Amino acid sequence: MLREAFVVAAKDLRIEARSHVGRTQVVPFALVVVVLFGLALDPDRGLLTRAAPGLLWVTVLLTALLATQRSLALESADRAVDQLRVSGIDPAAVFLGKAAALSVQLLVVVTALAVGVVVLYGAVLASPLLLIASALVATAGLALAGTLYGAVAAGLRVRETLVPLLVLPVVAPVLLGATRAWEAGVGLAVSDGWPWLRLLVAFMVVFAAAGVMAFGPLLEDA
Amino acid sequence: MGSAIRLRSAVALLGRFPALAAVDLDVAMGESVLVEGPNGAGKTSLLRVCAALLPLSAGAGVVLGADLSKRGRPHGVGFLGHAAGLYDDLSALENVEFRARLWGVPPSGAAAALERVGLEGPIRTVAVAKLSAGQRRRVGLAALVAVRPRLWLLDEPHAGLDAEARSQLDSVLEEAAHEGAAVLLASHEVEHVGRIVSRSVHIERGRLAGTAVRETDNAA
Amino acid sequence: MLNAVGVLGLGGLVGTVALGLGTTPPDQVQGELVRMIYIHPPLAWTAYLAFAVTGLFSALYLWKRQPRSDQIAASSAEVGVVLCTLTLVTGSLWGRPTWGVWWTWDARLTTTALLLALFAGYLALRRVVVDPVARAKRSAVLALVAVADIPLVHFSVKLWRTLHQQPTLLRPDPQIAGIQAWTLLLGFASLTLLYVWLTGRRARLEALVHLDESRALELAVASR
Repeated sequence: MLREAFVVAAKDLRIEARSHVGRTQVVPFALVVVVLFGLALDPDRGLLTRAAPGLLWVTVLLTALLATQRSLALESADRAVDQLRVSGIDPAAVFLGKAAALSVQLLVVVTALAVGVVVLYGAVLASPLLLIASALVATAGLALAGTLYGAVAAGLRVRETLVPLLVLPVVAPVLLGATRAWEAGVGLAVSDGWPWLRLLVAFMVVFAAAGVMAFGPLLEDA
Repeated sequence: MGSAIRLRSAVALLGRFPALAAVDLDVAMGESVLVEGPNGAGKTSLLRVCAALLPLSAGAGVVLGADLSKRGRPHGVGFLGHAAGLYDDLSALENVEFRARLWGVPPSGAAAALERVGLEGPIRTVAVAKLSAGQRRRVGLAALVAVRPRLWLLDEPHAGLDAEARSQLDSVLEEAAHEGAAVLLASHEVEHVGRIVSRSVHIERGRLAGTAVRETDNAA
Repeated sequence: MLNAVGVLGLGGLVGTVALGLGTTPPDQVQGELVRMIYIHPPLAWTAYLAFAVTGLFSALYLWKRQPRSDQIAASSAEVGVVLCTLTLVTGSLWGRPTWGVWWTWDARLTTTALLLALFAGYLALRRVVVDPVARAKRSAVLALVAVADIPLVHFSVKLWRTLHQQPTLLRPDPQIAGIQAWTLLLGFASLTLLYVWLTGRRARLEALVHLDESRALELAVASR
């Protein structure tokens, strides 16, 4: 099953590398949002610096919606999903593979945003280990939730508007956890950021399990 | 020879519309069968049911030993629908290699498979988005050739192909049946396809007519 | 039988309101406002109950694939959305005069707000999927994921607010005894009964729709 997941993930990443959508559309989108936040809020640098982690993760959330839609559109475009089903591979492998590829793309976005936030908002990367660990787990959680919900809304005409409505409330714990962890990681918070990592891991595990179990039945009427 | 497809009173729904309304069909291994009929008759739905892409709402169905009414998934079914199931940003070669990996087959056979359907040279390495519909169909066919399914389900495979491609498709199908696989294809081109299949069935308004069932094949 | 439940619930509700507004004494600290306690916590409780029932019957559906389970899950969600909204509204109405704010970001309130959002998403999904089997399957998955998510949400918001030294503006539960306790109990009981009645009626309606659809389908198959 893991081999199959790897095949699916590799395919998605190869498409990403080939099409450059990540480089030319997704990352620029994220950076534009960061700039817009800068415009919308008080130009007083103090406020932006304090809000930097929150703004970054909200941006990641919005970007994740875009990236998820794209990930799913790949399979529906030429009915490639039919081939996935017919091949007999474990639907859980499709789920994990696509979520893994999506996480990698989101990590690229997070990295770009971290740079943007340091430059534009004056943030300081005080505790890199915490920042990296929480980013890894948070993006995995977002990718897993997004892929699962994408399948729930698969084939629906209104998918583009429905998936955000479904996903955003659900990933609230990720927003909370990642933001608080990053606040600690950039030296803004007095309290410890590590407990939040546990929450993020719990979220990731819950959604990995949910997706693995639900993807089969969901794919049946894709 | 064993049975590849066995449907009894199969009913399949598209939403609330009965695309298949009590279909009986037998296809044995090594046989190639043509399904023909007017548009909207249920050809595509029939193929999708046999591919386990469309569930049975009622009736019984066994495909390659898998019981469709129990949501069983048959192994070794190759499906080529109206859409070829390709990834636009990848090349023909990469698409076929991926399909091979998906099936657990060594991807090294991809180049040969593409050659078999007449796609050679630099055309194999451009993104399939740039290929014509006929060429895409051939890539889809190559993917099947690469994985060698035991049951071939094809939906109007000849449409949009030039003469050379058609004869290559025909030889691929004949070879498949010769090697013991079963072939079920839907097509409007009754005369042309009629020459390469062992029998044909007519479908209309979700029901089959013609020599669909083999009365002697009770035990299969 | 179901209607008897409804009548009881309605009667109980009337009783609660009468007692709550009339007989029970006002609180020393909160004054007349404390009367909200007879309605707000019961609403919250039934909202969460509705949600739990949706989750339970969603799981049951995925296991046994009986349409009845899906019908009950969906009906419970519809009633739950109403209850959830009322919970938030009464909470706001209670909070404003007490603390001067319409909203606080405490764990219970925020979780309830997100619960409403999840319920609303569930209903939105059901609106859009036409095929009954696909609709049942997908919304069941959605409901179960939401059920799994709610504890995560609650815990994360709680952790968040404790770390930020939230001053104890959280509803100081007044000491209640005697007639107040009974009224409160009546409130809980009647709202629960009303929930059961409403969900039951809704589920019955849904079952009739399903029956109608099945008959139409049989006709369509036969006439092809």
